[in-house]
Amino acid sequence: MPLSDSTDGEQDDSGRPGFNIRSLNPYLFIFPAVLVMAGGLVYPVIDAFYLSFFDWKIGMPFDTAPFVGLSHFKRMIMDADVWESIWVTIRFGFWTILIEMVLGISLALLLEKPIRGASVFRTIFILPLMVSPVVVGLIWRYLFDARIGWINYYIGKIGIEPQVWLGDAELAFFAIVFTDIWQWTPFIFIIVIAGLQALPREVLEASKIDGANWWQHILLVKLPMIKSIILIALLMRLIDVFRALEVMYILTGGGPGRATELLSLHIYNRAFDTQQLGYASAISVLLILLVFGLSFAILVFTDPLKEKSDI
Amino acid sequence: MRGVALEKVIKRFGPTVVIPEMSLSIEESEFVVIVGPSGCGKSTTLRMIAGLEDVSKGKIRIGGKDVTWLPPKQRDIAMVFQSYALYPHMDVAGNMSFALRLAGKPKAEIEERVRRAAEMLELTDYLARKPKDLSGGQRQRVAMGRSIVRDAYCFLFDEPLSNLDAKLRSSMRTELAILHKKLDRTMIYVTHDQIEAMTMADRIVIMDKGIIQQVGTPRDVYNSPRNTFVAGFIGSPSMNFLDGELRGEDAVAVKGDGFELPLAPELAKRAKKTRGKKVVAGLRPEHFAVEASRAGSSESTYAKIRLDVSVAEYIGSSQFLAAKIGDAHVTAAVEAGPASEPMSSGNYLFDTSRVYLFDRESGNAI
Repeated sequence: MPLSDSTDGEQDDSGRPGFNIRSLNPYLFIFPAVLVMAGGLVYPVIDAFYLSFFDWKIGMPFDTAPFVGLSHFKRMIMDADVWESIWVTIRFGFWTILIEMVLGISLALLLEKPIRGASVFRTIFILPLMVSPVVVGLIWRYLFDARIGWINYYIGKIGIEPQVWLGDAELAFFAIVFTDIWQWTPFIFIIVIAGLQALPREVLEASKIDGANWWQHILLVKLPMIKSIILIALLMRLIDVFRALEVMYILTGGGPGRATELLSLHIYNRAFDTQQLGYASAISVLLILLVFGLSFAILVFTDPLKEKSDI
Repeated sequence: MRGVALEKVIKRFGPTVVIPEMSLSIEESEFVVIVGPSGCGKSTTLRMIAGLEDVSKGKIRIGGKDVTWLPPKQRDIAMVFQSYALYPHMDVAGNMSFALRLAGKPKAEIEERVRRAAEMLELTDYLARKPKDLSGGQRQRVAMGRSIVRDAYCFLFDEPLSNLDAKLRSSMRTELAILHKKLDRTMIYVTHDQIEAMTMADRIVIMDKGIIQQVGTPRDVYNSPRNTFVAGFIGSPSMNFLDGELRGEDAVAVKGDGFELPLAPELAKRAKKTRGKKVVAGLRPEHFAVEASRAGSSESTYAKIRLDVSVAEYIGSSQFLAAKIGDAHVTAAVEAGPASEPMSSGNYLFDTSRVYLFDRESGNAI
């Protein structure tokens, strides 16, 4: 049988070597999903890229929008507002992800054991994840409110002066970081605890017999074994930082001044406040490239999916 | 006393009693195999010795020291797990040296010990590989290597060979026995495979339902099983049990449905005391014989017994007959006859000096 290289000995329907109508099956099955992805994700990205070459403003028919070539991109490089919001995004990402990682992993390690009440606490703990971002924004706007907010009320009880949380640049930045941590630590927690609980028991026992103390057990055995899971969680959070919008939009609107204006919020404000759809599209192309570059870098340097096969 | 000792150990999981009460003493550098069906408590016993499971009551001593409430790392033990339990993120050398690094041993010593263990186990070429790039047998060796470098007082094995294929298993059995000789350490080995137990053990501990049924050398437990459980568990294929009754004033024979076998004088003397009681006769498959093979030997202890053979399984050196005596199903292992002569129903012989008798109610040996 010189032509057939099929291992199961099945003959091609078409009689032509290398082609089998059945080999199309997998593609047929994923076609609907690809269609949705293409319509919902790929098309807007391409469209944003296209729009970035036009000086299109809201209310203007698109066919009257002048083609401006790369001038939006040139302008962007010199635009201090864009750079400022990138800087805000980086600071925001650094603090939120750092604290969320440390907190989420620590809590997962603490609550992993089947101690009494742990499951109840685990459930309560992931509640913030189930709340819609808009609601999160509203809740925390009231909590942080300078006059009627609970936070000022309670810090007043312990003798601290009421603060204008959302009106001061530093405090407002703290507020969005805090809110993000409140909402997203559970995400890290839930992923890490799932990883921990899937670890093979005998390997952990072997480490105890080998003489690892509590710290060594965690740092040298447990965490390295869930490294790939932690990296994937990190990657998802990084991408989320660039997408974060709703909570900050409601909480601070990017203010005071530009203190909490993340890049995504900056794009939104450009597009719908100053109505520069074309320029906003150009900045969003930059955002896409940033996210893409970051994700790519993480995947290349850590290759979490390959490492996963270790376990 | 040195060695390993369990003193009146009780283990409960919640309301479930797994080990009702167990005492066992293992001598220094002895190779003891704990064997029993799954769920008999053998692994739990090993895990209590390792310190991975707390005892509910009782004491455990290792090397004369009471370790009952000490964590595993203070018990001077090494353990090999069924799943190998290698650290997936460390290479072979890292796996083997982990315990030594934790103990803060000097680098040169660690390297030397790992090198020696790797040589002993023929792992030298694989030291830089990750576990996922090794075959099952190699992983098993790494797991062994990891425990060897520890140079612990006591080695614990929890069914370490059960994930290997038959051929590898038998060669690893041999290697383990050699290893035991070289290291001269106390080894406690848990398995459900009676062949592993018979081939490697200095002494076998047979457990059922959390209770030790018998402790003895492989020859002891094979030749003088204390009850029907041990008799049925040790030996392959396993012993046939036939209900019967004792005959004659002096219990000269045992008779049941389809058979009557004279008893050896020693056994008859013992059986006499329990006469009148119903018994179970235990006949090992390997003590059957083809009639022709014994023809002419005058002082034979063999007696005739009829087998209704349904299937003969030829395995080379002998053949297994699936047969019936009366209504009871039995297995007989007999010499393989010429191919032209398929084994058929008829008269066979049984070595009456090898008949076992058990009390039908208690199951205890007579």
